[in-house]
This record gives sequence, C-alpha cells and structure tokens, in this order.
Amino acid sequence: MIHTTAGSDGLARVEEFEGRSLWQNARARLFRNKAAVASLVILAVIAVLAVFAPLLSPHAYDEIYWDRMQQPPDFANAHWFGTDNVGRDLFVRILYGARVSLAVGLLATTVSLVIGVTYGAVAGFLGGVVDNIMMRIVDVLYSLPFMFFVIMLMVVFGRNIFLIFVALGAVEWLTMARIVRGQTISVKRKEFIEAAHAGGVSNTKIIFRHVIPNVLGPVIVYMTLTIPQVILTESFLSFLGLGVQEPLTSWGVLISEGAKVMEFAPWMLFFPAVFLATTLFAFNFIGDGLRDALDPKDR
Amino acid sequence: MTAVLDVRHLDTRFATPDGEVHAVNDVSFHIDEGESVGIVGESGSGKTQIFLSIMGLLARNGRSGGEVHYRGKQLLGLPRRELNKFRGVTLSMIFQDPMTSLNPYLRISRQMTEVLVEHKGFDEAAARKRSIALLDRVGIPSAGQRFDLYPHEFSGGMRQRVMIAMALLCEPDLLIADEPTTALDVTIQAQILELLADLKRDFGTAVILITHDLGVVAGLCDRVMVMYAGRVVEKGPVRDIFYRPQHPYTLGLLNSMPRIDAQGASELAAIPGQPPNLQNLPQGCAYRDRCPYAFERCRVEDPALRPLDPAQWGAAREKACHLERLEGRRQEAPTLNAGVPA
Amino acid sequence: MSETLLSVRDLKVHFEVRVGGLFAGRYLPLKAVDGVSFELKAGETLGIVGESGCGKSTLGRAILRLIEPTGGRCVWLGEELSSLDARAMRNKRQDMQIIFQDPLASLDPRMTVGEIIAEPLRTFAPGIGRDGMKARVKEMMAKVGLLPQMINRYPHEFSGGQCQRIGIARAMVLDPKLIVCDEPVSALDVSIRAQIVNLLMRLQQEFGLSLLFISHDLSVVRHISHRIMVLYLGRVMEIADRESIYLHPRHPYTQALISAVPVPDPDKERAKRRLVLQGDLPSPLAPPSGCVFRTRCPKATGLCAEAVPVLEEDGTGNRHRVACHHWRE
Repeated sequence: MIHTTAGSDGLARVEEFEGRSLWQNARARLFRNKAAVASLVILAVIAVLAVFAPLLSPHAYDEIYWDRMQQPPDFANAHWFGTDNVGRDLFVRILYGARVSLAVGLLATTVSLVIGVTYGAVAGFLGGVVDNIMMRIVDVLYSLPFMFFVIMLMVVFGRNIFLIFVALGAVEWLTMARIVRGQTISVKRKEFIEAAHAGGVSNTKIIFRHVIPNVLGPVIVYMTLTIPQVILTESFLSFLGLGVQEPLTSWGVLISEGAKVMEFAPWMLFFPAVFLATTLFAFNFIGDGLRDALDPKDR
Repeated sequence: MTAVLDVRHLDTRFATPDGEVHAVNDVSFHIDEGESVGIVGESGSGKTQIFLSIMGLLARNGRSGGEVHYRGKQLLGLPRRELNKFRGVTLSMIFQDPMTSLNPYLRISRQMTEVLVEHKGFDEAAARKRSIALLDRVGIPSAGQRFDLYPHEFSGGMRQRVMIAMALLCEPDLLIADEPTTALDVTIQAQILELLADLKRDFGTAVILITHDLGVVAGLCDRVMVMYAGRVVEKGPVRDIFYRPQHPYTLGLLNSMPRIDAQGASELAAIPGQPPNLQNLPQGCAYRDRCPYAFERCRVEDPALRPLDPAQWGAAREKACHLERLEGRRQEAPTLNAGVPA
Repeated sequence: MSETLLSVRDLKVHFEVRVGGLFAGRYLPLKAVDGVSFELKAGETLGIVGESGCGKSTLGRAILRLIEPTGGRCVWLGEELSSLDARAMRNKRQDMQIIFQDPLASLDPRMTVGEIIAEPLRTFAPGIGRDGMKARVKEMMAKVGLLPQMINRYPHEFSGGQCQRIGIARAMVLDPKLIVCDEPVSALDVSIRAQIVNLLMRLQQEFGLSLLFISHDLSVVRHISHRIMVLYLGRVMEIADRESIYLHPRHPYTQALISAVPVPDPDKERAKRRLVLQGDLPSPLAPPSGCVFRTRCPKATGLCAEAVPVLEEDGTGNRHRVACHHWRE
C-alpha cells in the first residue's frame, strides 16, 4: 500500500512502507490454527479466573465449614464444585491452586530461559574447548538424580514455595542450554553472521544482535512445552507431600487429596484433574501451533 | 513422425494459503521419437512443474488438468499403480542434484538391479550384468568394481552418470532431464553433455532438456520451447529461435547474456524489472512490464500461442505475442575464436 | 598508473582434516590455497575463476581474514594484514568489504533492510546519529536501484536480485576501496544477472572501486574483469589481461575451460571442436605431485610429476603469466 501525504510544498510525498516481519507472519499463521487459538482462549480464561479468584466466590480459600465436610456440589450454598474433606470450598481452592501452579510454571521456566539461553548461546558461539567444557558440565548435572536433589533441598530448607521455583528452574535450564547451543551452532554458520564479521561487528554484539533473535523460535516453542512439564512436576512433588505448605494449595495437592477419597467423594478428584489436564493440553497445543507457525522453512 | 509424448492444454495449479498459484498455464507441445527438445525458462516459469505434473510427482496441494498422451495413452489422472508401469520404464526423469536423487543408504548395485527386477522381471544375475554394462557405457571407469559402492563414494559428475545409467536401464522412449548439469563444474558439464549427445544418437531416446542455460540448449537440442510465468511464449526449431527470435523475452534473454566469445566492456543489455510473482500476475501479458515493445493491447489481453508462417520463420514456429513481427536484432557477437587452437 | 592496493605473495590456507576411524585416525592437510600471488590496483577488477576445490572462495575470505591464512603475505596499502591484531583488523574492514553468493542468506532475516544497511554505520560511524544514518541508507538504496520507501521491509519480502542489491548497498555504505564478490550472480535468475553485473560495473566507474570477482562463470568474468586469474586445486595456472587470456590462453587447463563453456549459438556450438578433459577433479586431500593438473592434462609428461611448474612470463610483454612446463608446444 502506498501512503502519500501532502508535503508543505503541496507535492505528494511517498511515505515509507511498513514491512511484515517474520514474527508477524508467524503470528498470522498461529491464528489460523484453530486448536492453538482455542487453547489460548482457554488459558486466558483460566488465568483470569485465577487472578480474580477472590471475587468469584463468596468463600475464602481457607474458610472451614464444620457442617459441610466432603459435600458434593451444592449450588444453594455456592459450593460449585463441592467441599473438601476439611470443609473448605473446592472451587475457590482450585482457583488459588491455579495461581500457584501457573506461577510456578511461568517463573521456573523464565529462570531456566534466562540461564539456559545465555549459557547455550555463549557455548555454541565460542565453540572449541570452551564449548566442550561447558557442555560436559551440563552432561554431569544432567545425570544427577533430580528427585534426590529436590528432596534434599526440601528436607534441609523446609517446604518453601520459592525453593520449588529454584529447584525446578535449576533442572530445566539444562535442556534449554542444549537446545540453544544447537541452534546457535547452526545459526553461526549462516552467511549473515559471516557478513557481520566482515562488517567489523564485535563478537559480543553479534551474539546479542544477530544470534539470539534468530534462535528464539525454537526457544519459545520449548518454553511452551516446558511450562506444562514444570506444572506436572510440581504436582508430582505435591502429590508426594513435598509441595506447597498448607493452607496454600496447588492442583497437585488437591489431586493428591482427591485420589485418597476417590471412591466416595469423586468430585474432589474430578475437578482439579480436569483443570490440570485442560491446562496441560492447552499449552501443548499452543506449543505445537507455535512450532508450525515458526517453521524454519520460512527463515 | 510418431509422437512419443503429446501434451494438450496442460494446466497445473497449487492451492497455497496466500492464494492460488497458476504454475502451468495452458501448455501444449509434443515430442517425436528420437528428437531432443529444450525447455528454457527461469525460476517461476513452470518448466519443471510441467514434467512433475506429467510424471505424477506434484506436491500434495497441486492439481493438474488437460491431456497428456504417451503413445496414445492418457497419463494424467492415472492411479499410481498404472502410472508406475510407465515411470522409470518408458518415461524416465533425472534431476538436478545428484546428491539427493540417489538413496544414500543403499548401494548403487541395489538401486539399479531393483529397477530391472521390478519392472522388467530380470533375475539378480542378469540385472547385475546389464547394470554394469550400462555403467560402463556411461563412462564410469572400472564399473564392475565400483558397482557395489554407496552414492557418497562417487564424485558429483560420476553420480550424475549413475543417474543417467539408471534412467536408461529400461530403455525408455523418453528421457526427461531437469537441469542435469547445472550443479556440475564446467569441464564435467562438457563431459555429461557429450555423453547425452552420444546416447541420444546410439539409443534413439527422445530427450527433454529442462534448463535455464541457453548455451546447453544450443548444442544439444533440435527444438526449443521458451517459458515465462507458466506459459509457453515461443516454440520452434533451435536455429530459428536463436537467430531470429520472435518473442521479446527470448530476444531479451539472448541479448542480456554475456558471451565468452564476445569482447566489450560496455553495459549488458539487461532485461529491466523483476521475474513475475505467480500469485499476483498482472492483467494481460505477463511479460508486459518488462517488455520494451509493449503497447495497449498487451495490458489488456493475454496473448494466445499462435503459429507463424513456416515459409518465413521455420517449421512449427509458434509464439504468444501481440506483435506481428519482432524487428529487434540480436546483438552480433564477432566471430572471434575463443582462443582454442584449431 | 594507478596505485597497487593489494599485494598477495604466496598465500597459503591449509586445513587439518581428520581422516580414518575412531582409533587409527590421522590428520591430513587440505591445501585449499597453496601459494597464490597476485596484485590488484585501484579501480581494477581481477576475475578469479576455477572449478570446485580450486580454492577461489577460500582465497577471497583469506584475504579479508575471515578465514585465517596459514602462510604467505597479504599487503594492503603497504600494511601486512596478518600482523594486525583483532581490533586493528576490524578497523580495516571499513575499506575491504564482501558480497556473497546467496543473497537472502547473507541478510539477517529478523532485521529490516534499513537496519541491515545501517549496521556498518553503527559500527564505524555511530556519531552521525539516527537521522544521519537514515539519510545515508536511503542514499545508498537509491544508488543501487532500490526504492528508498522500502527501508522498513524485511529481506524475505524481496526477490533474489533485490536482496543482492541490499548486500551491495551494505558493502558500499562506508565507501570501501575493495569489494570481494564471491559468486555474486550465480544464484540469480539469468535475466537478473545482467542487471547486477551492470550495477557493479557502474559503481566501480563512479567510485573507483577495486573488485575481486570470484566466479565459475567464464562468460560473466570475461565481461566484468580487467585481468583474470585461473586457479586449479589451490594453485595459479595462468594470470593475464582479459583479452590476452581469452584470445591466447596458454595453459591447457584454461584452454579446456574456455572450450567447455557452451555458447548460445547453435551453429558455433555444434561446429566447435571441444577439448573435453577426461577424469574427475582430484581430491584436495590428495593432490597430484608436481603439477596438480597433470592427471587430466593432454600434454602431461614425466617432468610434470616431478617438478611444480613456476609462473613465468609468456614473453609477449603483456603481464601474461603461465605455470606450465609445456605451454609452448
């Protein structure tokens, strides 16, 4: 589209065209993917529910109703999902659990992103001995048993929610570093990097100006697939009793409690499980959609 | 002259998210026994898509229409099983990149004997014998010893010879060569072109040579078909096309090419503008924005391919242009010998 | 007589390649460039031709120290390039630029055209400010035949020929003295090649540029070069002025090369007596002893296996030099 404006001398001047960047192209492709769009909507809904949790229910998440323990869904009393074994409203607890699960997912992944991308890009770009040493460190850390490490942390420092972020982030960055290193190595060989060298650009600037923006594609995809993994791991920890402290709750905790009384209070398992499963599916569909949208064929 | 391949109104379209791409637009031509036809065009001209359509090798989002007759039998739209009786047997195709056309995980021996066993019902021993004989014929030294090697153990030129040998195993009537020498070095290209000329003479195979290199066409082909934006713009015998081109695009191409036998450091007569965007063709003639001879009619009406007077322009001459007669002359290349000792 | 900008003496680029299995492996030298010498004057175009493995692309990059030479000297405006440290070398890059074979791949897909062309300005002339840079970028775009309004577009929105123009604009933005052109038109459509060749020649005229034009396409090289150097397996076979080499090629390889190029002229092409070389290019890992061309040369004798031929003048006083024992025959 040619946009012309009248200049002060009365002659039309041609404005500059706006280009369509690869990111814009990818976004357009993503929005054509129905599963991905539906998943984005669902996640948005869950996020909104989690944020506005206190407004959506008359009950507090830790309020105990002595006379309504383990009751099935009861609309009269605004217990949309019933109550748990101690008499707390399940709906509100699920929403607060959403806060914890989503926060853990996002924060731990962000930690792993920052550490992993820097580490991987530097290792991949410098190559040679430095790369070798850095990756061998990653290999060694990889082989350490994760559960052992986490349990030790929990035992030593107690069940602190921030500790969970640290523990999970500290494990996930390893894979991120490997991915970024691999991508950096393939980007490093591209001619526009050689062109930057030939143009006198310093190594540091090349890494941050050229390499990292071009490896972000797979990184973003991997991030959307890491988040559900982290949430699931946190749920697993909570299931084992190593997760968040009472009365704070997460989906894992709720599922753990629900599993114990599955036979006579199935709603306690059903609702948290549905939320967890839906969220995991949604992230996975978005991840798939992103992978298709960012298809390297376009680059 | 019996026509080996007779194509009428071939039309191929691709459905892409950004719109329909009309890759092949109403293309008609035929090829007779033993003749060689050069199909010339640049990227986007449709020259390769024509033959991918004929051989049933189109991408999933492509659809073809029209008629393609091989010795009277309609090929287009045949189910795979039926088509396989022709592909590799009477109609063979070789491609540009010999690196990717051969299966890197199988030995050459296996890839070649497989063809004979499958299509001609040979037994292993007979297939081996024939394959080695053919490798020898295409100039692979010590063919017997090399027969069991893997593709990566051959050089680029050798691999292309292997491809040619494989294509000739079943003694096809027609060999379609898609840019067979583009990826090869110049001295290796000379060897392969010499080989193709020999084989054409000895086997009587009809050859279709798809290329953008006009020099290759000049040396090897009897007739030429020039393509632009999916349409045929000019057809005719090779000498007539080269010495008296009647379409501005053909003339433009010939004049814009630097010649090895020409001197002169002045500017090349470049064709202005960009190659066509097949998703967004202009109305009228697709070449009009780059054509120095374009006039009103060219902007409105897409010219149809029409025959020219054979007495004046040569046998079977056709062009798709509104101009009655192209007066532009080819820039003369002085007859300086390019230094090769006589 | 214009000044000599670049003087290359016996340049070598040898790589160590690991051959053999996991335990019994050893290192073989890959002599990509093995003793190349030439000079380049201001405003001159030297065409460097040869086939795969001749080392022409490696040579171009070694001169710019994008690949480190392993031997020989490379003197630019009186300064020995290999003796410069990283920072000093980076400074020199303002004067010595390169354009690449694959036009799209040489441009960062995530940056706009304006940012790409402006990058050298950001590196070497950050003081001129954003507006100054934008003005200079638009000026360069117009010079290379691009619409300045396209400054915010991305590389994938351009055609191959236009991408190459962007690459040329980027190379020219700091007013360099030398541009190494590595097969700049090989990946372009035939009808676009002429445009880019014309552009390069026009820029050379206007700015007094020197060009090192690396190509396997002898027809294009003949058109654009003043002098031509023929390489084979990392060694110089022949070097001469354009007319001299095309009209009187002395080296058997040059003769075969020229004869092998198909000419778009049916009568000539069919009447041509072609010198077809037998055999394949030897592997650079195992080059033949003595003269590297001897395995395919119709004139080879025992002497050729023993002694490496030296570049010698052909006696016509034309700066025409040949490396062959038997060129007179």
